[in-house]
Amino acid sequence: MSIDLKTIKHISKLSRISVDEERANKLAKDLSSIFEFIEKLNELKTDNVEPLTSVAETTLKLRPDEVKSENIREQIIKNSPDSNEDYFVVPKVIE
Amino acid sequence: MTDITSLSLTSLVDKVKKKELSSEEITKSFIERSEKSKKLNTYITDNFENALNKAKQFDEKPNLDLKLPGIPIAVKDLFCTKDVKTTAGSKILNNFIPPYESTVTQNMWNEGAILLGKLNCDEFAMGSSNETSFFGNVQNPIDENLVPGGSSGGSASALAAHLTPITIGTDTGGSIRQPASFTGTVGLKPTYGSCSRYGIVAFASSLDQAGPMSQNVKDCALLHEIISSYDSKDSTSIDFKRNEYSKELNNNIKGKKIGIPKEYRVDGMPEEIEELWKKGIEYVKDCGAEIIDISLPHTNYALPTYYIVAPAEASSNLARYDGVKYGFRADGINLIDMYEKTRSEGFGSEVQRRIMIGTYVLSSGYYDAYYLKAQKVRKLIKSDFDEAYKNVDAILTPSTPSSAFKIGEKTNDPISMYLNDIFTVPVNLAGLPGISIPAGHDKKGYPLGLQLIGKAFDEQNLLNIAYAMEEKIGFENKISDWWMK
Repeated sequence: MSIDLKTIKHISKLSRISVDEERANKLAKDLSSIFEFIEKLNELKTDNVEPLTSVAETTLKLRPDEVKSENIREQIIKNSPDSNEDYFVVPKVIE
Repeated sequence: MTDITSLSLTSLVDKVKKKELSSEEITKSFIERSEKSKKLNTYITDNFENALNKAKQFDEKPNLDLKLPGIPIAVKDLFCTKDVKTTAGSKILNNFIPPYESTVTQNMWNEGAILLGKLNCDEFAMGSSNETSFFGNVQNPIDENLVPGGSSGGSASALAAHLTPITIGTDTGGSIRQPASFTGTVGLKPTYGSCSRYGIVAFASSLDQAGPMSQNVKDCALLHEIISSYDSKDSTSIDFKRNEYSKELNNNIKGKKIGIPKEYRVDGMPEEIEELWKKGIEYVKDCGAEIIDISLPHTNYALPTYYIVAPAEASSNLARYDGVKYGFRADGINLIDMYEKTRSEGFGSEVQRRIMIGTYVLSSGYYDAYYLKAQKVRKLIKSDFDEAYKNVDAILTPSTPSSAFKIGEKTNDPISMYLNDIFTVPVNLAGLPGISIPAGHDKKGYPLGLQLIGKAFDEQNLLNIAYAMEEKIGFENKISDWWMK
């Protein structure tokens, strides 16, 4: 299957990665060949096959609902590109 | 070579316990050799000063009951290490200092090991040659301008060059076993759920596993028993009885049944690989094990399945890198613009490519055709193994379809790069343990590996078979220290 420029622009938007024209063209070419490769799966009939969602056949364990709060606010904030006191700062979203 | 850095982990531990070597002496030796090996570009971040201080502290009050007493170890830069920069080989995490420690590394420090540094890897573990790292290519100590494999390329290279006595990597589609094969070292990808994923930068959560990389099988067994643990902080960690793998290591594999899957004979595979495989079969027979021909009919569908499942999970996992809470941020005129520029400038091209594949296969209208289809084929692949294991104890295959290739040789064609993992990917899809052991050299003198695939949770058997074969093979790695000349 070939992936066209319009599709690349759509997925670029969905994945929040801006791409310029040159990169979009390259991606269209790469993804087309990758999807051609992937489409080999269509050779298989899988109507009656159960999808495998996890190889680990266990049920999730439950734990007591206890607060295990450590005061690590400062450590967390320290890694942010822009902060103001205890808050992460982002470009203005409300006028 | 009789210096400290050439010793195996097991002998280093032994010498510390006998007080023949101090942690400081060992740590100094590895630091000195690492300093002289910058050309290999194995380290992203070194922790030498801290390591030396910790070694001195250890020597002041040595606890010799520990399994890794004062042993310095460098690890893949995909493991979060508290207060030590963790980049995952990406610009987007270039300045990230984790406030917590991964469970796997914590297990090592609990046994007395000391962090030597963080090793180069493909960006977010997405690559098979270490060429997607933001921090540059890694040289394979085997030969100049040769890739060490990937994604745990820095780990494999540092280990083979004796810059660390042992190391850990992560394996999503072959990222431990393929670089081990390319560098003449041993690499184990444990059963899914054996090693905790807590604190490991996520790539594809249903496939990712951490595992040991070592100079020999015994070292591998020792590190594996340390890093494998049940962990409530990882919801897919499995609570099963873990062996003391190194103590129970046994080279008597008489009567074991080893399967040879005919589907692993792929078109265009070099004759040398075929020869190696045949030799492997002879070694197994020499050990008194029985060879049984088996079929894994859906093998050919493993790579296409992987290239849906892994990117889909990656696109979801990597959505968290938005330039807000940590990591790199690019300025934008508004919030959306900031996100888009951050991710465009912060991620390298292979990572972007995989995020886009994943986004597409999960997008509205395509989910059933791709992701659901892949999950169904994944089931068929796993069933192939379940069926085979009714008759055999383990499976023997080549680790890779070729020996290490030159830097730049495959960067322009993603598919040819992906084909590197043809023998390793099915193991991740089925959640099974797999180990690559060095088994010979090709005409160029480059190492070649054989892979053993085991039943789920049967690492002991797998290690035993590898141990027996290792003895028969008698492999010697040819490292000339060319990068120091």
